[in-house]
Amino acid sequence: MVFEVRIHGRGGQGVVTAAELLSLAAFEEGLRAQAFPSFGSERMGAPVTAFCRISDLPIRLREPVAEPDAVVVQDPTLLHHVDVFGGLREQGFVLVNSKRTLAQLGLSELYERHLPPRLRSTPASEIARERLGRPIANAALLGGLSALTAVVRLSSLERAIEQRLPASVVEGNVLAARETYERVRSTLGEGHGALDGEATHA
Amino acid sequence: MTHFYQTGTFAVGNRLLDEDAASVQADPARANSITKGHRACQGCGEALGARYALDAALRASGGQLIAANATGCLEVFSTPFPESSWRLPWIHSLFANAPAVATGIAAALRAQGRTDIRVVGQGGDGGTVDIGLACLSGMFERGDDVLYICYDNEAYMNTGVQRSAATPPAARTATTEPLGTHPGNAFGQGKNLPLIAMAHELPYVATATVAELRDLERKVERAMQLHGARYLHVLVPCPLGWGSATADTINIARLAKESGLFPVFEAEDGRVVRVSPIRRQVPVEDYLRRQQRYAHLFAGAGRPDVIAQLQASADRNIARFGLLADGGEEPAERDGELLDVLATSALTGTPPLGAQAGERGPS
Amino acid sequence: MPSQIEGSLAVARTVARCRPQVVCAYPITPQTHIVEALSRMVAAGELAPCEFVNVESEFAAMSVAIGASATGARVYTATASQGLLYMAEALFNASGLGLPIVMTVANRAIGAPINIWNDHSDAMALRDCGWVQLYATDNQEAADMHVQAFRLAQECSLPVMVCMDGFVLTHAVEPLEVAEQQDVDAYLPPFVARQALDPSAPATIGAMVGPEAFTEVRYLAHAKQMDALDAIPGLAAEFERRFDRASGGLLGGYRCEDARTVIVALGSVFGTLQDVVDERRADGRTVGVLAIKSFRPFPLAELRAALADAGQVIVLERAFAVGVGGIVSADVHAALAGLRVPIHTVVAGLGGRAVTRRSLHAMLDQAHAGRLPELHFLDLNTQLVERELARMREGTSPGPHAENILRELGIVAAGPV
Repeated sequence: MVFEVRIHGRGGQGVVTAAELLSLAAFEEGLRAQAFPSFGSERMGAPVTAFCRISDLPIRLREPVAEPDAVVVQDPTLLHHVDVFGGLREQGFVLVNSKRTLAQLGLSELYERHLPPRLRSTPASEIARERLGRPIANAALLGGLSALTAVVRLSSLERAIEQRLPASVVEGNVLAARETYERVRSTLGEGHGALDGEATHA
Repeated sequence: MTHFYQTGTFAVGNRLLDEDAASVQADPARANSITKGHRACQGCGEALGARYALDAALRASGGQLIAANATGCLEVFSTPFPESSWRLPWIHSLFANAPAVATGIAAALRAQGRTDIRVVGQGGDGGTVDIGLACLSGMFERGDDVLYICYDNEAYMNTGVQRSAATPPAARTATTEPLGTHPGNAFGQGKNLPLIAMAHELPYVATATVAELRDLERKVERAMQLHGARYLHVLVPCPLGWGSATADTINIARLAKESGLFPVFEAEDGRVVRVSPIRRQVPVEDYLRRQQRYAHLFAGAGRPDVIAQLQASADRNIARFGLLADGGEEPAERDGELLDVLATSALTGTPPLGAQAGERGPS
Repeated sequence: MPSQIEGSLAVARTVARCRPQVVCAYPITPQTHIVEALSRMVAAGELAPCEFVNVESEFAAMSVAIGASATGARVYTATASQGLLYMAEALFNASGLGLPIVMTVANRAIGAPINIWNDHSDAMALRDCGWVQLYATDNQEAADMHVQAFRLAQECSLPVMVCMDGFVLTHAVEPLEVAEQQDVDAYLPPFVARQALDPSAPATIGAMVGPEAFTEVRYLAHAKQMDALDAIPGLAAEFERRFDRASGGLLGGYRCEDARTVIVALGSVFGTLQDVVDERRADGRTVGVLAIKSFRPFPLAELRAALADAGQVIVLERAFAVGVGGIVSADVHAALAGLRVPIHTVVAGLGGRAVTRRSLHAMLDQAHAGRLPELHFLDLNTQLVERELARMREGTSPGPHAENILRELGIVAAGPV
């Protein structure tokens, strides 16, 4: 089993940390995970991509995720500027941080090539602002990703947040992750194809 | 204090002096840090200065001293493999890194809990003022517990007398030949390392010459009483490079001081606290005439204009450092003046102080 | 028990367990996380007695290391790329003086043009400076190699650089073991210098040596590296016994035994190559991959033994010798001299360009079809290069190649209209 996630955002938004948190959550569940970044020049606002590769076997591969099983877009201003969905698998998942729908974001074509139940947007920044006091949506989005893909459990994510983030922001991030998880889960129908074999590839 | 005039130093009178006023060199139990057999030129000012300085440092540290040496004359003539003149633990690494190597030695000693052992870094003007400046400044800024001694013979002597940033104006070197209208080394250049050291607010910065060897020893002793980064800048004439008589080394060093071209002073925490006054001022010509590197200023019609510029530099030093005050006076108000002048220099671009000063703009 | 941590942190924690007494480093991407972690440990008193010196340049870093090591302290530093070059003079000095300094090199490309991403041109540029050069194939090995490096350094009186791919390894978070303190103490005895700066036994270190003795002194440096060649396998075996995992050694083979085609490589691309080998083998192709872990000293005999029966060898390098071709492949040629094994040089992954399974499969397809040139640049955009060369020859379009190429790629907007 291998599940590959690609997270897109901008410098300063905690994209690299997001990948790390996801890998920590997977580790908590006894899975192997590798999180690694792809920087441009380091400065606030520059596009940043981070990857997380999850497997039940030791991971030897050292290449960027070119065919993700899930794409998370933390900053929607990247849409139409950076090819965030490049290589997304047909059965792949999409989670975009926005209070607008994917259609409103001009992403209707995704529905043609991928499975609509697996494509979502969610207002993670707004949730984070409410729970954290700042629109840092990385942990919140992971909660949504957990609901959407079930690649890791929410409880594992919460443990990862507790371990990795500074104590002063743990509670806010856990709440944001939970709320986003609930928000996304409530939009899913029955028999949503999460971690039941279809979602992952060998 | 009694003066003995035969040589101008206290060497003759040692047996009549208190222990603590006597020269280290007069002590039969002295360390002899750099012993005989080295290959220095006859009359080498650096060999003389290094011996006095290190013997004083060894005595002050109870023999617990390690030295790091930059590439240069001192290193070359003292360690022709398989022989070595050094009687203390000594390391030569590279040209540009003696201060950093000294920093490393001090760090190791601290980690090992052996802070009774002291560290000296040393090098010539080239390795200190030019290529070694970054490492030196780093060591200063961190306040590493190292005494750094620069033996300044005002050029890259070991490689054949090429110009360094310490080469004074008008001096002839292999790369500043007095051809055409060029008066040797250009004016308006040069780095005043003692002032740069003071700008780092070091606990102790001092200049000295090999004409006043007891003074040099005393300054080393003073420096060794302190901790943190300390800097000593010693003028050491080089008969070969300066084109002077080998027997004239000490005399030329004295003339450098007495003319005002080389101010001798001590500074603590960025402020001048003591000045060694000129005893009998001499015109710069007396100093310049004894050195072939200035011969072009006197050949044929000569260059009285250049000599006048050099005299003006000397006069400026005398005024700014108060070099003609009566002996031992602490130039308190001159101290403030000096700092004002430093500030002015930085803002208006007027030339820096010291023997290398020259006209660049309105004075 | 492994922890899910960044490669840099695993290295820093492992180095701390090796009880360095002086750590002196200058920040450069992508080594910064290692020295920052060590700085925190020293400041928090977790690593004591240790002096952490914030130096003003890489040249100063290596110089401080030289002074400290010569005084008998165990010393560590880290750098990459331009920083390694900036300390070049000091590297030769340290090895010439036989100082057992250990340094991490977070492999990164050398400019111009400036590039912060991974390749091996930095360490390769200094391959002959007299340091032992080890290349880690993954983060666990990178951390473990430091323990072996300190032991090798002090036993052979040679400095050792442990190379790990910048960003790819340094910035990857994965499950990693940090060697336990008591195990490291049992494996790595305290450092006792052969010759140290000590007032109780004064020595002159760093004297000038003339033509009458220089050759002999330099030969001894070579002899010491030959000793290291003998010592490295034993140290790796001892490490495996004590720490219960394999790390280090001279070479690391994967499915090479019956391989018709063997790919020789250094560093983290080994992991990707293992996946490629498995995929090829599933298709019935006998391919293997051999990692060179000790590049200096170069294991000529061991490599010859490992590759003597290969049908062809592909040396995959992340650097190259401008004007000649391969760097590693030159040494591989020397190892296989006289044997009729075809050797191809493939230059890949320069300046952080990903070396992908897809490209590697395409390369192997070419090799299998006999169409792989002797010197091949993987994923080279030949059209782009040819257009730029044509421009050069026509004498049109002044300006740096990099800008022209970036403009072609649409990364930089076209110039003023």
